[in-house]
Amino acid sequence: MIDMLRLEDIIKAFYIAKKDIKEYYLKPPTISWGIVFPVAFTLAFILKGGHHAQEIIPGLIALALFFGTTSMAAASIVFERKIGSFERLLLFPVSYIGIALGKTLSSFMFGMVSLFATLVVVLPFILNIPTYSLFLVVVLILSALMFSAFGVFISFLIKDPTNTMMIFNSIRLPMIFLCGIFIPISSLPLPLRLIAFLLPLTYSVEATRFAINGNYDVVPPIESILSMFIITILLILLTSIKIRRTIP
Amino acid sequence: MSLPGCYPLHDAIIAEKLTKYYGDFLAVDHISFQVRKSEIYGFLGPNGAGKTTTVRMLCGLTRISEGKAYIYGYDINRELVAIKKLIGVVQDISNLYMELSCYDNLMFCAEMYGVPRHQRKERVMDLLRFFGLEDKKHVKFKELSKGLKRRLAIAAALVHKPKLLFLDEPTIGLDVKSKRQIWNLICKLNEKGITIFLTTHNIYEAFRLCDRIAIVNRGKIIAEGTPTELRKKVSGNKIIELQVSPPIKKSTILDNVDGIIDVNIGRDNTIYITINDAIAALEGILKIVKKLSLEIVMLNLRGADAEDVFIKLIDGTEKNIGSSTRR
Repeated sequence: MIDMLRLEDIIKAFYIAKKDIKEYYLKPPTISWGIVFPVAFTLAFILKGGHHAQEIIPGLIALALFFGTTSMAAASIVFERKIGSFERLLLFPVSYIGIALGKTLSSFMFGMVSLFATLVVVLPFILNIPTYSLFLVVVLILSALMFSAFGVFISFLIKDPTNTMMIFNSIRLPMIFLCGIFIPISSLPLPLRLIAFLLPLTYSVEATRFAINGNYDVVPPIESILSMFIITILLILLTSIKIRRTIP
Repeated sequence: MSLPGCYPLHDAIIAEKLTKYYGDFLAVDHISFQVRKSEIYGFLGPNGAGKTTTVRMLCGLTRISEGKAYIYGYDINRELVAIKKLIGVVQDISNLYMELSCYDNLMFCAEMYGVPRHQRKERVMDLLRFFGLEDKKHVKFKELSKGLKRRLAIAAALVHKPKLLFLDEPTIGLDVKSKRQIWNLICKLNEKGITIFLTTHNIYEAFRLCDRIAIVNRGKIIAEGTPTELRKKVSGNKIIELQVSPPIKKSTILDNVDGIIDVNIGRDNTIYITINDAIAALEGILKIVKKLSLEIVMLNLRGADAEDVFIKLIDGTEKNIGSSTRR
């Protein structure tokens, strides 16, 4: 059911990512939903937040990264499936897990671009805050990988391309309120708290908060890192199974 | 499991009772055929006959419901990655990457097919030259004409020097000039030793290009052979094409002539007379022409052409095959 990931597949995953970068980075939906929108809302919330801004900055960074990576996944996969060029990938001698990894990597790289744009906006506001900078780098890289894998997986579930952004936003927007960006998870009612633990953004927000502010709400940093790692692997595997199942 | 020991050395493809169901609909109905190395094998049939589904099964884009298929001895159900290294596929849509240039598209294919790094650039440039696309090297795929897109799609399928090339309706939607260019390319590729599996609904294309043709309808192979063998299957009948002045408007005028099976009058007043006895029919027709003092503008006697073969075979099966559903 699940392919073996060989070195050859990892190399080809990078080629897929490189191709996607050339093909989709300048597409309007990628730029608008992946860079302009997250940078704009991050700036808006920071300016509105006043002296509370530093508390929400970690969540906003994670959220911006989430939008950046998932927008790229949506653009590259849904569009390719719509015009039939995704089938071309299935004709190459590469495993399904190699394709899933390639698509994840292209979203990850775009996420890094999006993150850079967000950090340019955010950095002036966090200069005086003590941070675990190395841990922050690890958290952001892992978060970008996890969100990319999440975006890729969701993209393969979408059947009608015209609904792409509607479906993505209906998944992304509720997470803003459930994953501890503005409302601490510990203060949520139990059912919502349980849902929060199922959402990947929760672990990224918690770990980013620890890296920047030195505290966390409900999930300790190591557990957040481990959870993100496991979720990423799981999503890539599920995507490879989903790709196999798209073959009629 | 592959069959290196007992696999016939001269066969590129062996399909045994290959079958595809989509739900209850039977798209490909237990077909068996062999494609020999270095030949052009045509799959000719009307739309919906199961041609594309067969190609998709043979290259791993569609699962096989029943039956087996081997490509160069590799089992499609088990050794798909090994098979993908041996085959090139040109689908019926030009689905390369719109925003990438011709060069970048081919380079990406070379990378994905595992062409050694030091050979990639040269291989890509050779293909651009061979397909007359060298001056379009930096042009984006989306900016190419339909004919050039199809050429680049074929080039992309050849970047890893496949032994077997699948061409699914390679000239569909192309103008006459582009069509002829693609036909010439197909012949040139075959001369280089590449086995070609060609699907088409263009009768002329199949009879012009292919060494052997399988005529398919409703998921079944209804006839197979060389173009000459297929023509012989319906060789009992010949056709007289006749134009007279002033033109004959009613076919009933030839009703009592011996040797005639059928008469049709075309829009340009050419009379197409299907006959089974040429001498008797010609004698009778000439008598009528003389009696009515008509002038013969054109008189042509020919054997069954590709279209006649196709129509006759398809019509024959339409009567015999019922609905195609899961048994």
